[in-house]
Order: sequence, then structure tokens, then C-alpha cells
Amino acid sequence: MPKTITEKILAAHTGRESVVPGELVSVRIDMALANDITAPIAIELFEKAQIPAVFDSERIALVPDHFVPNKDIRSATQVALMRRFAKKYGIKYFFELGEMGIEHVLLPEQGLVLPGDVVIGADSHTCTYGALGAFSTGVGSTDIAAAMITGEVWFRVPESIKFTYHGQLQEWVTGKDLILWTIGDIGVDGATYKAMEFQGPAIETLPMSDRMTMANMAIEAGAKSGIIAPDQVTLDYVSSRATRPFETYLSDPDANYDQEKTYDVSQIEPQVAFPHLPENTRPVSEAGIIPIDQAVIGSCTNGRIEDLRMAARVLKGHTIDKTVRLIVIPATPSIYRQAMNEGLFEVFLDARGIVSPPTCGPCLGGFMGVLGPGERAVSTTNRNFVGRMGHPTSEVYLANPAVAAASAVLGRIGGPEEL
Amino acid sequence: MTLEGTVWKFGDNIDTDVIIPAPYLVSTDSAELGKHCMEGVDPSFSEKVSAGDIIVAGKNFGCGSSREHAPMAIKGAGISCVVAESFARIFFRNAFNMGLAIFEAPGVSDGISAGDRISINQDTGEIIDHTNGKTFSANTIPPFMQGLIEAGGLMAYVLKKRRG
Ligand code: SF4
Repeated sequence: MPKTITEKILAAHTGRESVVPGELVSVRIDMALANDITAPIAIELFEKAQIPAVFDSERIALVPDHFVPNKDIRSATQVALMRRFAKKYGIKYFFELGEMGIEHVLLPEQGLVLPGDVVIGADSHTCTYGALGAFSTGVGSTDIAAAMITGEVWFRVPESIKFTYHGQLQEWVTGKDLILWTIGDIGVDGATYKAMEFQGPAIETLPMSDRMTMANMAIEAGAKSGIIAPDQVTLDYVSSRATRPFETYLSDPDANYDQEKTYDVSQIEPQVAFPHLPENTRPVSEAGIIPIDQAVIGSCTNGRIEDLRMAARVLKGHTIDKTVRLIVIPATPSIYRQAMNEGLFEVFLDARGIVSPPTCGPCLGGFMGVLGPGERAVSTTNRNFVGRMGHPTSEVYLANPAVAAASAVLGRIGGPEEL
Repeated sequence: MTLEGTVWKFGDNIDTDVIIPAPYLVSTDSAELGKHCMEGVDPSFSEKVSAGDIIVAGKNFGCGSSREHAPMAIKGAGISCVVAESFARIFFRNAFNMGLAIFEAPGVSDGISAGDRISINQDTGEIIDHTNGKTFSANTIPPFMQGLIEAGGLMAYVLKKRRG
């Protein structure tokens, strides 16, 4: 029977010939991830169960990234718990400050998640690794606690939806715009419980960074996972990083899909998602006059070197509007160093922006740029729910790095061609 | 078993950021999280709610982050169960894993009003609104997940299996 890439990966991890959508299966995992918000609950549950050892100390990653560098005493306490646990059980991949970056950028960069893997993370954006041709999905802390004991997790095998993208991208249109467009089309629950499979000529031309941005936001359509078939771009990305062997899978041409959608990307311009849902998308040219107080460039969606280069290209030779604060957050230490070496910091500082160490920080209203009452931000992050970046009356507009940078200069939401 | 309580109503796409805003995620204590439950949509919710009350909501309840703090906060606030048109995937999973009763039932969003007294038969999935007399039926739960609930959540299930 023809199968999707998702069905093949899940079957391979159950030791069975095949699995079909709707089945509940127990699946062997290649990596389990938790962060400084979700790990403490998993650790408490694990220790209460009085199990002497984790299933595999090299297949658990603990990344304190949300409130780190510790924003207060309580977050320091949560990270201390992770640190102690990592030491006690010999967890190889605990990332201390200085090595720590935003989990979904860090793990692929470090070669810890690979094509053909099954990866679970106690963080909803774990779906990012689908960009590498892996099955990866967000779960809760209890799932991680159980997986640390058994090395397995239970899943309902998802149906897949096929999204095909044709045509040539316009200038300043990125993976962020394609995924915002898609969510605008199908809605925030348009893919609930399903796997979103992104393919087509326009996807094949996308660099890995844009592919990760797309898979990252599959959860914003309610999906269990997002996935892109591995190709030469994937192999070029992983071959120098992989920490272990891996296998690649492809969907059969006549595999079964729950739904199929086709888009002509040449018709898509940079998108902005208006408050308070990622599905409230509009082309940037139809945004109207929306003055902003803050622009944030970073996060697991758009904190990669390619994103920072794009923002710098727009900002070069400009200073931001007097009414705006610009916060740039390279997602990992190596991206931070690379951006510094390429002179991007110079551009950001000349524009009157600031550069933060790697952290989730403002993306979830944690610290390092929380919004006050009624304030508006344009942000390259992935969620614009009520109160997401601060006060319940604040507003978040989601966009790509070029639009965020241009908006900072304009003092209102707008595209780079307006500068 | 039957759950009975007074209804608090919410709309569609109630996300985890409004169920429990991120600044409170520095705690793993359900009672403390419960004090800030639903703060993003109704700042005084936790003061008004009584033990055993029921949340009725629209579609895609619990969308957003994977934080188990969301079902923990709902439990911590004293809510006995959540009834919705549909649930977001990770919230659905978390609720089962940690033993918060949830029911997916078409029609409840329009058919049940705030302040109504409703009861839910956990075995049959029958939901009765005692204020307006309407009835609804909740979608059935797959046997494996029923097993999770019977074992007392995922951890209890895993440990029981491990002991054989
Ligand atoms: S950057 Fe934002 S969305 Fe990504 S993991 Fe951190 S808090 Fe979550």
C-alpha cells in the first residue's frame, strides 16, 4: 500500500511493516526535549516514580531558554532543578548558559535531530524539525516523564494534508509569508490532529532556514506535525552536523491524503497576521496605518542567521523611528557570533536597536521587552494571542524579518520597498 | 460517574496564553496556578468560580503552547471538567495524561448558557442542561485512552505496565 513519509517514519519506529491513520501506536523515540518551563514538571514526575535511570542519557535534551538568563529567583530555581537532574542522571545534552540557545534552532544546529527521526518535545513548536524530514511533535510534560522511563510515546497516526506550492517568490517573500498565508487560508484549527506535508517546486528552492520557519508554525494551524521531504538541501544541512546515523523517507507518489491544497506563490506578498490570531492575515500593502511601539526580530521562527541578514539588509543606512524600540535576538550562541563577525550588530546598533543574548524572552511575554498596556509590537515570532507578549491590552502583529525591520524605521507597519 | 455543576462560558480558540499567562509559569503548583486561571479573558475568574463548576467553550479550546500548566490551572481553580465543541491536540492529550476530564460535544456552545446547571454522565457521555432541558452527547473516547483514565493517568499506566 502506498504511504506518506509520516506513516513510513512512524511504522519504522513501531517495528511494524505499516501503520494507518487513526491507529493508536506506541512509538520508539530518537530524542525527547524539555525546556525550563516544562522540564520541572517532568522531572518531578520522574523522580516521584523512583526509577533509577533514564532510558538513554544521550537521547534527552534539556534546554533552559524561555526565562534564561534567569529573569528572577523562581526561574533560577527551575533551571537549578534541571541542572541538578541532568547531573544526577548523566544527561548529555543539558545546555548551560553560553551554550544555550532557543531549543528549536539549537537542536538542528547541533545535529541532535535528524531526517527520519521521531522527536517529541514538551514544547508546541517541536514540530519545527519536520523541515529535516523528521516526525516531530509537541507533547506535555507528563509524556516526557513517561518517555524518559520507557523511550516510547503513544500517538494516534495522523492523516496527512498535502500543500503544494508552485511559482516564483516575489522579492521579500519568505517561508514565513507562505506559512502565514496558509494559516490564513485554512484557519487556526484547519489542520487539527493532522500532519501538514509541504511540497512543490517553490518549497524545493527554499533554504533550510525558511523550511524550518514553515514547519515551526504548523502548530498554529492546529497540526500535529509539519513535514518536508528530505532533499539535497537537507543533506547539505545535516551531513556535517549529524551526531548519529539517520535514514531518509519519502512519500509514495500515490499516497493517500485527507486533503490537498495548491498555491501559486507568485501571487503572495509579505503577510502580516493581525491580533489576536495567526489566521488574521493580510498582505502588508493592505495593513493600513498601524503605528508601533516595538519591533522584535528573533525566536524559534525567525531568529536564524538568514533572518538577521535580511533584517540588516533592510536597516542598513537607516535609523528606526523615534517612537520605536527595536530588539534583535540571535537564537543561538553560534548565530550570535556569526552575526557579530559579519558586522550585522553594527547595522542594528547604528539603527538604534539593541541586541539581546539568545533567549525566548519577549516572544512569550517573559522578559527582555515585555509590552505595556495598549502597546503594539511587530514581531517575527509565531503567536499573537491576547497578552502573548505582555499586558492583555497590548497587540502583536506577526511578520517576516524584512517587514519587522522596515516597520521599525517607518514607525508603523509597512514593507521594505517603502523605505 | 456523573459530574454536575454550574457553567462558565467561553468562546472559540481559547488559547493557553489566556488560560494561564506565561509570567505564572515559574510555578508547578496547581493551586497557585489556579489563582490565575483564565486571567487573560476574565481577570477575576478564579475569585468567582466555585469547586465543581464546569467550563463550556466553543471550538479549538486550549490551542497554543504545550504547557501542562493550563489543565493544571483549570483543575487548581476547582473546575471539575471542560466541555467544548472541539479541543486543540496537545491540550486534549495533556488533559488525559494528567486526569482532567474533558468532553467534546457538538452543539454545546450554542445550546448551553452561562450559569446553567448541567450534568455529564461519564460512562454514556450524555450531557443534560437542567436549566433549559436540552441534551447533548459527547464523542466516545478510544479504549486506549479510557485505559489511561482508569489507570489514573499516563504515569500510573506506564508504571503499572513496567511492574507487569
Ligand atoms: S521562541 Fe517563542 S515560540 Fe519559540 S520556543 Fe521560545 S517561547 Fe516558544
